[in-house]
Amino acid sequence: MATPRSDHRTKWLVTGPPLVFLLAFFLAPALIIVAASFRVPGEFGGLAPLFPAHPGEEGGVTAENYRVFFGDSVYFEIFLKSFAVAALTTLACLAMAYPVALLIARSPKRHRDLMVLLCVLPFASNFLVRVYAWMIMLGPFGLLFSQTAVLLAMVYVHLPFMILPLYTNLEKHDPALLDAAQDLGANGWQRFWRVTFPLSLPGVFAGSALVFIPVLGMFAIPEILGGIGDWLVGNMIKEAFLGVRDWPFGSMLSIMLTLCVLAIAAGAAWLAGRLGASETARA
Amino acid sequence: MRSAALFVELAGILAVFASFFAGEARYVAFAIGGGLVAVAAALGARGSRRSMPAFWLWFASLLAYAFLYIPLAIVVIFSFNDSKLNAEWVGFTTAWYGRLFANDTMLQAAANSLLIAVLSATIATLLGTMAGLAMHRFKPRLLPFLVFTPVAMPEILLGVSLLVFFLNSVRPVAALLGLGFDLGLATVVIAHITFSIGFVAIIVRARLSGMDESIFEAARDLGASPWQTFRLVTFPLILPGVIAGALMAFTLSIDDFVITFFTAGVGTKTLPLEIYTMIKVAVTPEVNAVSTLLMLLTLGMIVIAGRVAPDALRAKA
Repeated sequence: MATPRSDHRTKWLVTGPPLVFLLAFFLAPALIIVAASFRVPGEFGGLAPLFPAHPGEEGGVTAENYRVFFGDSVYFEIFLKSFAVAALTTLACLAMAYPVALLIARSPKRHRDLMVLLCVLPFASNFLVRVYAWMIMLGPFGLLFSQTAVLLAMVYVHLPFMILPLYTNLEKHDPALLDAAQDLGANGWQRFWRVTFPLSLPGVFAGSALVFIPVLGMFAIPEILGGIGDWLVGNMIKEAFLGVRDWPFGSMLSIMLTLCVLAIAAGAAWLAGRLGASETARA
Repeated sequence: MRSAALFVELAGILAVFASFFAGEARYVAFAIGGGLVAVAAALGARGSRRSMPAFWLWFASLLAYAFLYIPLAIVVIFSFNDSKLNAEWVGFTTAWYGRLFANDTMLQAAANSLLIAVLSATIATLLGTMAGLAMHRFKPRLLPFLVFTPVAMPEILLGVSLLVFFLNSVRPVAALLGLGFDLGLATVVIAHITFSIGFVAIIVRARLSGMDESIFEAARDLGASPWQTFRLVTFPLILPGVIAGALMAFTLSIDDFVITFFTAGVGTKTLPLEIYTMIKVAVTPEVNAVSTLLMLLTLGMIVIAGRVAPDALRAKA
């Protein structure tokens, strides 16, 4: 018989290893980044010592990085641009994904799995391969190193993150609702905007969050397909760590990005929760 | 009428596709393709109102599927092209694959990728399965946050935080102990485990939540110890999920670029890092060849996953 005591031991045997691993290699590094954002960069990269050995030497703790960030509109503009690119990508993904997800959801059941698989299959290829594909496609047309190239690849790389949650939502809709709307005299357009689309909003928000968040942190696509002017937050972070090797500044940028991501995730969850609540209220 | 319009659209899509191989004629071919798609739209807009929504769904979806597949098809086709430029079809050759297999850096990178993927997938599967079981059975508070956040965060954040952690925290401690420590295979493996645990845990937990709790209770009532219950009841039931999770972790590791980029250091190369270096320096069809082979590898993994655990493909969503 399992006694409460052995149950307790089982709990720690099962929970302990992944917990310890993630505390060490996820939470600790995350906290170290927070601490690093208040430090001074070392002379040859990295961090200057917390307790300088000699007076007058660089080191210690400072809020300088945050002061620089909020004191210069350049950084604010790059964040704004990243948000704009993420928003455009999300909208474009939504426009492309919606018809596909709807078509699959309204197809006979036996075809659906195959149609979904056909949407996901291209994304089994490596991320860089998908970016490279746009490199060789746009190059001969003279479109390389442009904002257009960046946006096309952003949409291409993130499209399945929009299709899948949308489809999962649309698949659950009760066809009787549309029949009822039709009986009440709604035409096809009205049935879509008054019935299908409002019901699909949780899927829209889920998909949008899944596209928006990774685009915000992307550095490879602007670096490979864009010009210097097309740099986003991700490029600044990468440059701070590996280029100029100013870790504290890069850490501060990472914290800012994290805060943006958390705000978006919370916003999406709040919207989904509100929708859920209003659905229940209506039912 | 409507299906004729869709055929016209398809012809237009093929013309656009062909334009990428047409050399100097590319603008003409592209314009013809675009024109045909426009004609298809015009054809479709006429006719009965009743079948209108279905037509536009098909029309838009065909374009979307074309958008998904044309880029990859171009990469694959140019990998057999007898020209250094990915701009015009010249003739068939397998020379780029030959060069690939004679390229020692590339082979070393492939070997590293495989080693990292096997190691990280094994450990991530073990830890992820534990995490999935723990979250289902014991409902811990902190664990779900630690498991899911790395999955939801932009990869770059995990990458840079591990970079700072390894170089600024682990290295000094190792030095105090008289040990050398630098970025390399080991740090990449750890980084890959960190983001793979979540995917395995999600799949395993999804599998568990679909199960009838009473079988576990029955096993306990019949006197099975927790370990026996796990070995004889739980594990066989979740095994398809565990295998699917392992394949997923393997694929994620083989494919990862961003996190590897920050945690590999200068000496260690994986396939994605090598591809990145190549496309930044000089684009040759060798990149197409290695891309094609990578696609075949992941395709194989998906086929296996589909056989072993058909429901696991959906868990990827």
